[in-house]
Amino acid sequence: MNLTQLQSGQKAIISKVNGDLLALKLFEMGMLPGETIALENIAPFGDPIAFALNESKICLRLADAACVEIKLIEN
Amino acid sequence: MQNEIKIALIGNPNSGKTSLFNALTGMNHKVSNFPGTTVEKKIGETKLSSHLKARVIDLPGTYSLYPKSADELITYDILRNKSENDFPDVVVFIADASNLKRNLLLMTQVADLNVPIILALNMVDIAERKGIKYDLKKLQTELKIPVFAINARKREGLENIKAALLNENLKSSVNYFSIENLSEELLNEIGKVTDKRNNYSALQYAINVCDLLSENAKQINEIFKRHQFDVKKFQEEEILSRYTTIDAAVKNSRIQNQSIIKKSLTQKVDKIITHRFAGLTIFLVLLFLVFQAMFSWSAYPMEWIENAFNFLGNSINKTLPAGILNDLLVNGILAGLSGVIVFLPQIIILFLFISLLEDVGYMARVGFMMDRLMRPFGMNGKSIVPLISGIACAVPSIMATRSIENKKERLITILVTPLMSCSARLPVYTLLIGILLPATAKWGPFNLHGLVLMFMYLIGFIAAIFSAWIFKLFIKQEQKNYFIMELPGYKMPLLTNLAITVYEKAGAFVWGAGKIIVAVSVVLWALASSGPKDNIKKIDEKYYSILNTIPALPDSVIEATKLKISSEKLEASYAGEFGKMIEPAIRPLGFDWKIGIALLTSLAAREVFVGTVSTIYSVNNDSSKDSFSTIKEKMQKEYSIATILSLMIFYAFALQCMSTMAVVKKETESLKWTLIQFFYLTFLAYGSSLLIFNIL
Repeated sequence: MNLTQLQSGQKAIISKVNGDLLALKLFEMGMLPGETIALENIAPFGDPIAFALNESKICLRLADAACVEIKLIEN
Repeated sequence: MQNEIKIALIGNPNSGKTSLFNALTGMNHKVSNFPGTTVEKKIGETKLSSHLKARVIDLPGTYSLYPKSADELITYDILRNKSENDFPDVVVFIADASNLKRNLLLMTQVADLNVPIILALNMVDIAERKGIKYDLKKLQTELKIPVFAINARKREGLENIKAALLNENLKSSVNYFSIENLSEELLNEIGKVTDKRNNYSALQYAINVCDLLSENAKQINEIFKRHQFDVKKFQEEEILSRYTTIDAAVKNSRIQNQSIIKKSLTQKVDKIITHRFAGLTIFLVLLFLVFQAMFSWSAYPMEWIENAFNFLGNSINKTLPAGILNDLLVNGILAGLSGVIVFLPQIIILFLFISLLEDVGYMARVGFMMDRLMRPFGMNGKSIVPLISGIACAVPSIMATRSIENKKERLITILVTPLMSCSARLPVYTLLIGILLPATAKWGPFNLHGLVLMFMYLIGFIAAIFSAWIFKLFIKQEQKNYFIMELPGYKMPLLTNLAITVYEKAGAFVWGAGKIIVAVSVVLWALASSGPKDNIKKIDEKYYSILNTIPALPDSVIEATKLKISSEKLEASYAGEFGKMIEPAIRPLGFDWKIGIALLTSLAAREVFVGTVSTIYSVNNDSSKDSFSTIKEKMQKEYSIATILSLMIFYAFALQCMSTMAVVKKETESLKWTLIQFFYLTFLAYGSSLLIFNIL
């Protein structure tokens, strides 16, 4: 499962980030394996999407979000 | 003891760095260029004690010391070289208390460069409301550096920071990440080619050289290859290792209490602001209001400025004897200056709104919403701010592209921004539309004049988007393309922050564009007031007898004759010669040599067109209503509607602005792209005008 499949209201834990340069940038922004992430907003044209992560809000394009693998947290 | 220490403010974007800088230094700062490079630094001063001052350097926010945008490179550049003039004695690191873990990543990288560092924990109150609280003493022990809580916006806690800066025992020996497991030979070889103060800084520099900088890149790449050093893997390991260290420190010093799970205001507002329909509607309404304000509020101050310059010009004319000095002052320097200052009201108003929306946090949302729309045209969400600012002036707008990380997207944004109709085009459009239509013409309930004007702005925007698409096809992609942006929490705007940003943007216009406009204005004055052989002298002689031999000539006749003299002189001048020389080239567009002269003089700034045309048509250019309608009448007689439309399109597209070319050269560091842009826009203007003139 990857970040693009996350639905509004669901929470997930990041398991892996693929893509060399992208992974580095995401790590620097705090998007690390083990962190909890939730979907927050979808841009008017469906892309990019914004996520809540550690009290910050980070937006990614769908193509980049697809590189982030996640595990759903069951409520 | 030295009586001045150098302090650098470093932190993530949106951590409150600029607020702290403004709180420490007030209006007492200046923006200047790094020697030899394009980047700007902000330097201010603050008093630490009665005998110690601090030079404070504000650096652009960054997430790590592996810079990815031109903005972030500035921060790295200051820290990479200890012999650099601005290398700080102490770094004050500002961290957002709500998001400490991520913020500290950069802090540990900076500390490992052997710079003494003080941690200023900002927005502690907001964090506490979210249920995040730290034991500062414990954090200090864990991180081994001084830690203080501050509130930069409310100017709280600054005294503690200042007191800590006075402490001379600030250590630089903390170390958070070790590279001892790397091969010694590799580090030695890298150390030899880079000559840095420690192994980590040398390696970091070498990695950045491969990515961004050019010097030694080949040599360093070879060393990396020989030692089978995987740069990306190393960076990934470095970041993860740092996070492990930070995580422990942060967890140990956090005061456990119930995390408050409540929807924050930002979350609620974002539901509406970025909503599919509501979000776009709000954006369009705001855009309309901003333009409305820009045009209506600026009308009066612009009129005052024009009047003031006319008054000044007239006073010089009266006090100084007629002659070359008088002429140079009034028609060269003063004309150039007024061409700069008159646009200040529009530029200040537009940037006031943009800075306000940026400070509140709205502009990041616009980038978020618009990214998908901009993408097919080779730009991204961050291109929106430069494009909108382009309505005021391309110069500060092109400088605003620095935050765009992707080189290709940044270049395209720079290339097309001059197509947005800037303030200087407005007087040209106003005159030309006035020739086409009576001021009272209506189309349904709308004033036709205003509609055509709006259409011109639209044409500029469409041309920008279209050109971006063309450039996208031809510019090769060097980097992998991603768009990752933080959407900061909404904040109340701070008046001092606004004032300072607007002051900087307006300053970029006045000093960046202004000095070139004035210089070009003086050169053009020389071209327009002297001519080949003694043609100009002959005109004086011809009229001398008329003016001086016939007694009691009525004032109106003298006035008309004087205007006629200026007109004939302009025709005989080098500028006139130039106009006639290029006439064959612009004839297909419906232009004659008179317009040719105006095209030349417009190179200072486009609005000079109006002044030049009035001189050519022997009209007193005192911007009164009478003179304006006289030019209109005379041009109406001489030019067809097709010529006027062709001229409007030409001014919409052509890059007749030396200041823009200068700033593009600086920002792209490439003469090639500056020239490509110039020829592309000239070609676009020429082709479109040719088309328009021949269709009609």
